[in-house]
Amino acid sequence: MSEAKYIPLVALGGALGTLARYGLSTVIPNAGALPVNVVVINLSGALLLGWLLEALKLGGPDTGSRKAARLGLGTGLLGGYTTYSMFVVDETGLIDTGNFVGSLVYALPTVALGVLAALLGAATARALHRARMTGDSS
Amino acid sequence: MIVWTVVLVGVAGGLGAAARFSLDTLITRYSKRVPIPIGTMIINVTGSFFLGVVTGLATAGLLTPELRLIAGTGFLAAYTTFSTASTQTADLFRARKGVAAVVNGLVMLVAAVAAAAIGLWLGSGGAG
Repeated sequence: MSEAKYIPLVALGGALGTLARYGLSTVIPNAGALPVNVVVINLSGALLLGWLLEALKLGGPDTGSRKAARLGLGTGLLGGYTTYSMFVVDETGLIDTGNFVGSLVYALPTVALGVLAALLGAATARALHRARMTGDSS
Repeated sequence: MIVWTVVLVGVAGGLGAAARFSLDTLITRYSKRVPIPIGTMIINVTGSFFLGVVTGLATAGLLTPELRLIAGTGFLAAYTTFSTASTQTADLFRARKGVAAVVNGLVMLVAAVAAAAIGLWLGSGGAG
């Protein structure tokens, strides 16, 4: 497959993103039973990926250095920095309570905030792009 | 010892991201007619299941803290992704595919929590 040549780049980004997540998760304190660190990591990652993908799209077609940035920084770095499985296993309180329905109610706002963060990131990229365009033409 | 654990967490994270990218590329190629990005969904649900297993095994004392860190925080956490799931759901909303967006976000969460719960149960010996 033509995408295969990008695998080392994705792996490198993923390794760095994982170490950033691991490092941050040991620094950010958790508020009691609430695992704040994974929430902070996931929402900041969703915001940054929303911004990155939109900025790259506004910059031109998905080829060359833009494609390398999308896969290395997006799929690799930010994809590995954020985590869905730890969110699901840790955040839901599944381990402590075994309460399936309760854990879903608990996790739902995080999913919604993740989508909002991605939209906010994309909107920021568009605003910055517009500002640069107006700056160029004036 | 601790330094090597951290290095291995990073290496495992790189392998997890590479596995996600490869699998998603493959699934996307064969699911062009599916109205939601099921590659990320399959990855996040299977990863949640296996992190449940790893967490269950570790809780039952069948996995060392180092192995739990490498397999869980390293490989499985990086194999799954929250950021891509968020931008893909956001893209569906922006394309005015609200139903597909809600289905994508909700089904992924329900399936992943169920998968993690089953994994935890299996990993901790299946006896509760």
